[in-house]
Amino acid sequence: MRIGVITFPGSLDDRDAQRAIRLAGAEPVALWHGSHSLEGVDALVLPGGFSYGDYLRAGAIASFSPIMAEVIDAANTGMPVLGICNGFQMLAEAHLLAGGLVRNDHGSFICRDQQLRVENISTDWTNQFLENQQITIPLKNGEGGFISDAETVARLEGEGQVAFRYVDVNPNGSVNDIAGVANARGNVVGLMPHPEHAVEEGFGPDTALAMRNGTDGLTFFTSVIQQALVR
Amino acid sequence: MPTIVVQVMPKAELLDPQGKAVAGALARLGKTHFRGVRIGKRFEITVDEVTDEVLAEVRELAETMLSNSVIEDVVSIIVPEALAAGETH
Repeated sequence: MRIGVITFPGSLDDRDAQRAIRLAGAEPVALWHGSHSLEGVDALVLPGGFSYGDYLRAGAIASFSPIMAEVIDAANTGMPVLGICNGFQMLAEAHLLAGGLVRNDHGSFICRDQQLRVENISTDWTNQFLENQQITIPLKNGEGGFISDAETVARLEGEGQVAFRYVDVNPNGSVNDIAGVANARGNVVGLMPHPEHAVEEGFGPDTALAMRNGTDGLTFFTSVIQQALVR
Repeated sequence: MPTIVVQVMPKAELLDPQGKAVAGALARLGKTHFRGVRIGKRFEITVDEVTDEVLAEVRELAETMLSNSVIEDVVSIIVPEALAAGETH
């Protein structure tokens, strides 16, 4: 399986996402924001970073990149798309996912190993998790507050589109502790924490078992490989 | 050169951490009579000529690119006289 990772001006975690894809057993394909070609990939990752220095709004300028026209078409025809942190902000700005991301309510950048609960295990990026599985994924951002109007939040909750929820603490003021959401079809998923930083023992988040041995993020990528096999 | 000014504010019901931080600083300076501060954005768009077509285009852009209706409101789109006359202010 070939999974594209799009590099935007100011992307930081594109190489980490490529590494995660490789460790999960797929082939990463580097894609460029200024191109109009997805090079025939089977799935897409929009990585984290600070595209365009978060100018205008986080992810906003990148969401108007040339390649986003192809990303939006692909997402609307069912291609799995994962947005991580800045990538999540881009998917929200491109209206592929509901809601918006605003500055953390306490005003500070936050970096921590975050507990999450997986609340939707039927998406293309979560099908290998267990229902309500608790996972540890690094979180690092300044604008991670998920917000939306009450009607949209009720719809997301009612239709199971809340994919991940923060456990123990709400690190940024997100409504209903929402850490990540999916679209109705389950092929587009976005979250603020960084699964690509939890894919190899010795280099991941701290867990109760040992320091830096968390690999819960790998399951995002094995999930999308699995859905390609069953499709 | 004429300029069109677009002003965008975070939605009223949303917490504005930037404004809150400034309000906190004012309070620490003893300026407690300033009850609150909210911070928004002002775009000054320079054009050759302000026409109805250009204004319509700016209105569209204000809603689709300069602001995100999930988190912000476009509060005004104006052509200030001084800016239109090319004066500095």
